[in-house]
Amino acid sequence: MNLEILGITVLWTFLFGYIMVGAIDFGAGFFNAYSTVTGKQRVLTKVIQRYLSPVWEITNVFLVFFFVGIIGFFPKTAFYYGTTLLVPVSFGVILLAIRGSYYAFETYGSRGHKGYSFMYGLAGILIPASLSIVLTISEGGFIELVDGNPVLDYWKLFTSPLTWAIVVLSISATLYISAVFLTWYANKARDTEAAGLLRRYALTWSLPTMIAAAGIIVELRKHQPEHYSNIQNFWPMFLISFLLFVGTVVLLYTKRQYGWAFAMLAGQFAFAFYGYGASHYPYLLYPYLTIYDSFTNPAMAISLVVVFILGLCLLIPSLILVMRLFLFDKDYVRGKGDYHA
Amino acid sequence: MGNEESVFFSRVLTETTLSFHILYATIGVGVPLMIMIAQWVGIRKNDEHYILLARRWARGFVITVAVGVVTGTAIGLQLSLLWPNFMELAGNVIALPLFMETFAFFFEAIFLGIYLYTWDRFENQKKHLLLLIPVALGAAFSAVFITIVNAFMNAPRGFDIVNGELVNISPLLAMFNPAMPTKVAHVVVTAFMTAAFVLAAIAAFRLLRGSDHVYHKKALLLTMKVGFIFSIGAAIIGDFSGKYLAEYQPEKLAAAEWHFETTDKAELILMGVLTEDNEVKYALKIPYGLSVLAANNPFAEVVGLDQFPEDEVPPLYIHYLFNFMVFIGMWMSLLSAVFLLGQWRKWKFITTKWFRWLIVLGGPLSLLAIEFGWWFAEVGRQPWILRDIMKVSEAATTSGQVDIMLILFCLLYLVLGVGSVVVLRRMFRRNPVEKELEDRHAMKGSDIR
Ligand code: HDD
Ligand code: HEM
Ligand code: HEM
Repeated sequence: MNLEILGITVLWTFLFGYIMVGAIDFGAGFFNAYSTVTGKQRVLTKVIQRYLSPVWEITNVFLVFFFVGIIGFFPKTAFYYGTTLLVPVSFGVILLAIRGSYYAFETYGSRGHKGYSFMYGLAGILIPASLSIVLTISEGGFIELVDGNPVLDYWKLFTSPLTWAIVVLSISATLYISAVFLTWYANKARDTEAAGLLRRYALTWSLPTMIAAAGIIVELRKHQPEHYSNIQNFWPMFLISFLLFVGTVVLLYTKRQYGWAFAMLAGQFAFAFYGYGASHYPYLLYPYLTIYDSFTNPAMAISLVVVFILGLCLLIPSLILVMRLFLFDKDYVRGKGDYHA
Repeated sequence: MGNEESVFFSRVLTETTLSFHILYATIGVGVPLMIMIAQWVGIRKNDEHYILLARRWARGFVITVAVGVVTGTAIGLQLSLLWPNFMELAGNVIALPLFMETFAFFFEAIFLGIYLYTWDRFENQKKHLLLLIPVALGAAFSAVFITIVNAFMNAPRGFDIVNGELVNISPLLAMFNPAMPTKVAHVVVTAFMTAAFVLAAIAAFRLLRGSDHVYHKKALLLTMKVGFIFSIGAAIIGDFSGKYLAEYQPEKLAAAEWHFETTDKAELILMGVLTEDNEVKYALKIPYGLSVLAANNPFAEVVGLDQFPEDEVPPLYIHYLFNFMVFIGMWMSLLSAVFLLGQWRKWKFITTKWFRWLIVLGGPLSLLAIEFGWWFAEVGRQPWILRDIMKVSEAATTSGQVDIMLILFCLLYLVLGVGSVVVLRRMFRRNPVEKELEDRHAMKGSDIR
């Protein structure tokens, strides 16, 4: 394995981490807001807040890690993506800001404030949609070079079915991932009413997720045949992913083993995500940018890797501690004792 | 929108975001230390008041952290969105501290989550306090690492440019550039100072608004002590920063001091106005002052603006920014010194209304000093984004929509700024100290009120 591949694998892993924890987070916010409107708040809010409260800031750091890391390992991305993504990413940032701050305002400041919950719920569900545009753009065809400067063609972007397929996938996957996770969490909390409701949400969003994912592959065939044919080389990964999907749905449907259901869901998304990533190789942006011509100098690459390894030595024990305290601690999950500042 | 305009709007947007972020970030760096001190004192003296102080500060802190985090994410992305050419170069040379910073964030975020949700969960209070150490370290190191990046922009090192190619790159040399020691130290110390005075202002305000509880008096004394120590530190390190400037960025110091001709025995100019032909009027001049600031020697020669081409001289208004920062620093040292002396010698006037109002004013003033300091440092680097290597005008995006984004972000900061103040006020008004002490009394039977 060369440094280029090592770098992109690390970044892709953190992006995957962000997508999973972010989806749980954003979906939970949305369900919370939705339950306010439908009067089911009593059922859901407690479970959702128990899980979300201590971890929301950690979620954000995954994103920061990704975009800082990509500038470090692949500085040329700053030029291509930086110049073209001003508008979509700015929208994403504004939504993130509303979502993060209003989440904190509601949770720590004015618990139960409906306006605030509504605001962060809505902002949260739009974040995956706005950030997923970056993946669409990476498929190429939307950026042209004018006088040596990359320019984004908005009209083409917003009229492309590929864009919308990815947007739909991002939203439905967010809700699906979140609902499956929270079903498990509510079940652990012995909150059968919440678990039942969340299980229904999970089943509802399973099919749209699969249809959107299939739609993207069909669209890619027209849009970026090179990538499409690459994807076919990785068919076993997508097959495993599909089987895991079926497994999750069966477990949910038969109300068994929610923990395994979530594990299989994580596996499903991991296989699809890494399969997609691997088939994208070596391009960071079709056809301008590959991981090789955008890679940083060896001195920087080596020092980044060293720092990364040292950082992991700090990080992994801390993450395990968080999980032991808040995710796997029965008393905490079941809401015995409130230790909030 | 032409390129000139996108440079202009990129500058304004960067200035707005950073000026907003830095307020919350400074509090984010300083307050964990204050919480730590209060909790430690509380445990050691077995005084419930200090523990409660720590707990209430921690609650307010979460709100400022949230805004700090989201605006930090904004500036982090904006650097690439607005200055893509700069970030491409920076990514090659100075990405290391930026990357380290994300680990500091991770560390802080994880332990902050744990700390907030484990109050009273441990039998041994000290264990809980231990959890705060990584939070304080993470916050302080965020500041250290990002300031290293900024120091690099002022004194780029660790690479050569040969035929437009970057060669001989050394990430460590780039990090340990000449601007780094003074800059990092000054930023961290002023963050501690500002946090202390902001918290002092809150305590003084509560005392003014009718509550005469000893809780607030203890808070005031503690914060003023810490504030005093760090304000002295800020002045000392500020003096070193001046010496750094004299050696490595003389044009910044000269512009800040309206020092047009290279001379020895240079005088320090306070305030004043500049006439059309660069004559200084109505200023207070301290003979030998600038030579002392620049080199610790009243007879030293100080480089003037005559040594620089006209288009490389920073805007001269930074003189005022520099002066205001220094004034505020001196004033806060004096104010806290008088307060502490008064406490010791039992002077009556330190409990009067007007004196407490001065302390209240100290909070916003310290925050203003932070803003003045950064504006001074950043505008004083103009026209360079990377001194002597890349100009701001070459670094900006070519995108045409920066102006609309500027409007959107201004709205966002308005919403966040107003929102955080409203939430913080409501939080503490609904749950005043007296009530909380009562509740704890009822719950745990502690005998403190
Ligand atoms: C509470 C805030 C505060 C206070 C009271 C002071 N400063 Fe300051 N100063 C800052 C907050 C600050 C800052 C925001 O932290 C800056 C901006 C950039 C930097 O490196 O630190 C800064 C920069 C800065 C610089 C420019 C460094 C550079 O551009 O590399 C100098 C020369 C000084 N300061 C000097 C002083 C002196 C002599 C002070 C005497 C009391 C002083 N400062 C008080
Ligand atoms: C990593 C690096 C940084 C980059 C790329 C950067 C870039 C810039 C640029 C391009 C400007 C506009 C200059 C102008 O035309 O006035 C600016 C201004 C400013 N920066 Fe930096 N900066 C960085 C680090 C920092 C840091 C760490 C701070 C502290 C918070 C800071 C505070 C400011 C402030 C307050 C201004 C406004 C100055 C003005 O009013 O012109 N910057 N920065
Ligand atoms: C160019 C300048 C800057 C950039 C790019 C930047 C970037 C960021 C980012 C991305 C975050 C969010 C991290 C998270 O998700 O937890 C953040 C938060 C933070 N930043 Fe900044 N930052 C800048 C300037 C500064 C300065 C000058 C300081 C200190 C004096 C600072 C201190 C902090 C702290 C302590 C936090 C954590 C939030 C908090 O505790 O309030 N930052 N910053």
